[in-house]
Amino acid sequence: MTLSVAMTVNGKAVSGKVEARTLLVQFLRENLGMTGTHVGCDTSQCGACVVHVDGKSIKSCTMLAVQAEGAKVLTIEGLAPSADKLHPMQEAFRENHALQCGFCTPGMVMSAIDMVKRNNYQLDEATVRRELEGNLCRCTGYHNIVKAILAAAPAMKSAGV
Amino acid sequence: MTAETGIGARVRRKEDKRFLTGTGRYVDDLPLARATYAYFLRSPHAHAKIKKIDTAAAKAMPGVVEIFTGKDTADAKMGGLICGWVVKDKNGEPHKAPAHPVMALDTVRYVGDTVAMVVANSIDEAKDAAEAIKVDYDVKPANVDLARALDKGTAEVHPEAPGNLIYDWEIGVKADVEAAFAKAAHVTRLDLVNNRLIPNAMEPRAAAAEYDKGTGNYTLWSTSQNPHVLRLILSAFVLGIPEHKLRVVAPDVGGGFGSKIFCYNEETMVCWAASRVGRPIKWTAERTESFMTDAHGRDHVTHAELAMDKEGKFLALKVETIANMGAYLSTFSTAVPTYLYATLLAGQYTTPLIYANVKAAVTHTAPVDAYRGAGRPEATFVIESIVSKAAKELKMDTADLRRKNFIPSTAFPYQTPVALQYDSGNYPPIIDEAIKIADYKGFEARRAEAKARGKLRGIGFSSYIEACGLAPSQVVGSLGAGVGQWESAQIKFNPTGNVQVMTGAHSHGQGHETTFAQLVHDKLGVPMDQIEVVHGDTATTPFGMGTYGSRSLAVGGSAIMKATDKIIAKGKKVAAHLMEADVADVEFENGTFKVAGTDKSVPLGQVVFSAYVPHNYPHADTEPGMDENAFYDPANFVYPAGTQICEVEIDPDTGVVEVVAHTAVDDFGNIINPMIVEGQVHGGIVQGVGQALLEAAVYDKATGQLLSGSYMDYTMPRADDVPSFKLGYKVTPCPHNPLGVKGCGEAGAIAAPAAVMNAVHDALAPLGVKHVEMPATPLNVWQSIQGAHRAAAE
Repeated sequence: MTLSVAMTVNGKAVSGKVEARTLLVQFLRENLGMTGTHVGCDTSQCGACVVHVDGKSIKSCTMLAVQAEGAKVLTIEGLAPSADKLHPMQEAFRENHALQCGFCTPGMVMSAIDMVKRNNYQLDEATVRRELEGNLCRCTGYHNIVKAILAAAPAMKSAGV
Repeated sequence: MTAETGIGARVRRKEDKRFLTGTGRYVDDLPLARATYAYFLRSPHAHAKIKKIDTAAAKAMPGVVEIFTGKDTADAKMGGLICGWVVKDKNGEPHKAPAHPVMALDTVRYVGDTVAMVVANSIDEAKDAAEAIKVDYDVKPANVDLARALDKGTAEVHPEAPGNLIYDWEIGVKADVEAAFAKAAHVTRLDLVNNRLIPNAMEPRAAAAEYDKGTGNYTLWSTSQNPHVLRLILSAFVLGIPEHKLRVVAPDVGGGFGSKIFCYNEETMVCWAASRVGRPIKWTAERTESFMTDAHGRDHVTHAELAMDKEGKFLALKVETIANMGAYLSTFSTAVPTYLYATLLAGQYTTPLIYANVKAAVTHTAPVDAYRGAGRPEATFVIESIVSKAAKELKMDTADLRRKNFIPSTAFPYQTPVALQYDSGNYPPIIDEAIKIADYKGFEARRAEAKARGKLRGIGFSSYIEACGLAPSQVVGSLGAGVGQWESAQIKFNPTGNVQVMTGAHSHGQGHETTFAQLVHDKLGVPMDQIEVVHGDTATTPFGMGTYGSRSLAVGGSAIMKATDKIIAKGKKVAAHLMEADVADVEFENGTFKVAGTDKSVPLGQVVFSAYVPHNYPHADTEPGMDENAFYDPANFVYPAGTQICEVEIDPDTGVVEVVAHTAVDDFGNIINPMIVEGQVHGGIVQGVGQALLEAAVYDKATGQLLSGSYMDYTMPRADDVPSFKLGYKVTPCPHNPLGVKGCGEAGAIAAPAAVMNAVHDALAPLGVKHVEMPATPLNVWQSIQGAHRAAAE
């Protein structure tokens, strides 16, 4: 059965035809061609597909496209304020070498931003490590990801994002 | 160049922007017009005869384009997948080489073996159709338990490998070693299992292919660490598509760790079928497929004995290992437990006599091949476990026993008794630095403090060496490798002065686009933003061997240095002409050609421009253009070495092991980008911690079902499983490559398992626990503690 779905992605109104079983991540990647959001597993464990839906981080492999009807979705592609300026979290990842192969990175960055906000821009190492529970990285050993998130929290606060 | 961007600088990565903004291009991201989607039907049985495959109903399902089975591959006379390294057994006979059909013909040999390929208009339609394929299996007994694989009566995997034995291989003189054991004052004995692992690059394997009817050209996009080698195998052995008609592209690849070196059946089928279907085909593994069908790693059962004199000086080492090959011999599988394992058993020590016997067995499990470190982690685990056990038995300090047996710095180049000649090294300062950083002296106070909190604290050392920078072609050729292991580079200036650096290495997380640009920037003075490193495409890069075995910088970087030398040599001729000077008087420094002893100079950019617009040019002896190729074949392996020290705390009530501190001091030779090197070490350590504490590929011994087939069942290290790390460096430059570099990609994973497990054993020793196998899960540790309690009560 084909269904129609409409939502806002990165500030732009989008719509498309999907099956009832189409996942939000499939809609983003296949219908919209927005391949920045990745799929790394089939059990909602790896977190490579994390996006924000109405301001909350969610695993887009765990939500049907039709469940996002009318929602405001933010993906990694919509994060940087301009072509030559990165979001403070993206900048902190670059500055701290918090990515290697880049595959888990979109989900890491989206989760990290939500983590910083939920913790009111105040984080310590133990909290960051605990809250990264839902995101797997096989390259970095997490060391530099933790460093980057700790560095980004005050940067996000002073940038007001 | 400047200190901020040249060799040795922490240059931020050029590749990061695309990865951070969601604009990387991985195989699954490719937009291919009119694409079809492939889904592979997998065997649900570890061992069965296929009596019949009925695809009629499936073919009639909506959206289905085509369904292929093993019969189609046989009808097409497709070759089998190959093992590219011939290991000779102790009688000089080549290893048994069972057929490895691209798709199962009449037998399936592991859960996940490929039975049929469905191509449909959408992936969902392909999966729906796969469910409608009827396969009639005659299920047979499975051979799953490695320790029993070679026993009489165990089910055989291949008729070509009687008794499941692929080879019975040895190195060293057994009689000499036995004689040394007979005279030993003390012998330490150890039985251990090196647990089977699943590599788990975060990007699952994927392939896409397109066939151009007009030209007869194929393009295959694959998650490959070595696209040229993949093309060579597909062309020469499997598909018969000539190399010049097959373009293999490995675009952004999301991690590999070895698992993406090999030629797999899915990419083979996708490429082959693209011309049959007449439309592009895409395939991406689901994670469960990755667990089932990516080549697994490690999986050894080992008995080792170390003979010592009464002062603790090592006299001889004897090792017997059974190595699991899985159901088929993967691309480099045979070399891993032999030339990449037993040749490292000297470690950092002067052990004068070593004998190793390795029996490789086939089982009804997924193929096993190189995984980060490949053989060297297994060797390090044997040596560093037995040395730590010996220190406990001799009541010696574990660091002192190591120091007593280290190869002295004056002994290099050092010929080991197991074939390798270590080129350089200086081990005592490394362990001293690690001891300092880890505050080894303060450990007993920390142990006492932990005890007061009810925790068992332990400390463990691991002093590893590895041979990497694979590899001198003549040496590997004499040992049975089917390929050379040089690397290539091309430096192509454009008329406007910017430069493309083509490399045969492949970056799938290692940051070559930055490190290699640093080399060219440092040597030629071209600004970093004017340098583009190009890799991963057989159409645009010279033939190269790819990235594995910590080889990219030592071998690929050296090729780049050779190409820069050629650029400078040619540039000098052009500059001499422009400055009306003798070539012999021209010097090159900081991007400028100068006439020695004068103020005459001409910048490289102007020389390049003259080479492309050669109006005023030394045509008589110099070709136009500024574009140089180089190939570099290393004179020897490189030998990074280091010491890791791990501290753990164990909760005796729950068996939970926490890594509370972990130090690594490494000698990687000269370092180009310390930021990237640190990242490699961090990641390697966590893979090693994962092996020690969390990860295990588990098959049900009766049925051969993969029990750890998802992230719900296979424990990947998460951020809260590890601490932040403390790193240090010592440098002895490699004497035989132009950069003086060794390799850093695998070191962390090679050393960490022994460091962690030695710490676990140290923590549990007061309870009388003798041995815990990896992974030291809470259950495993808790049961060991209970066992020790029971033994104490008896």
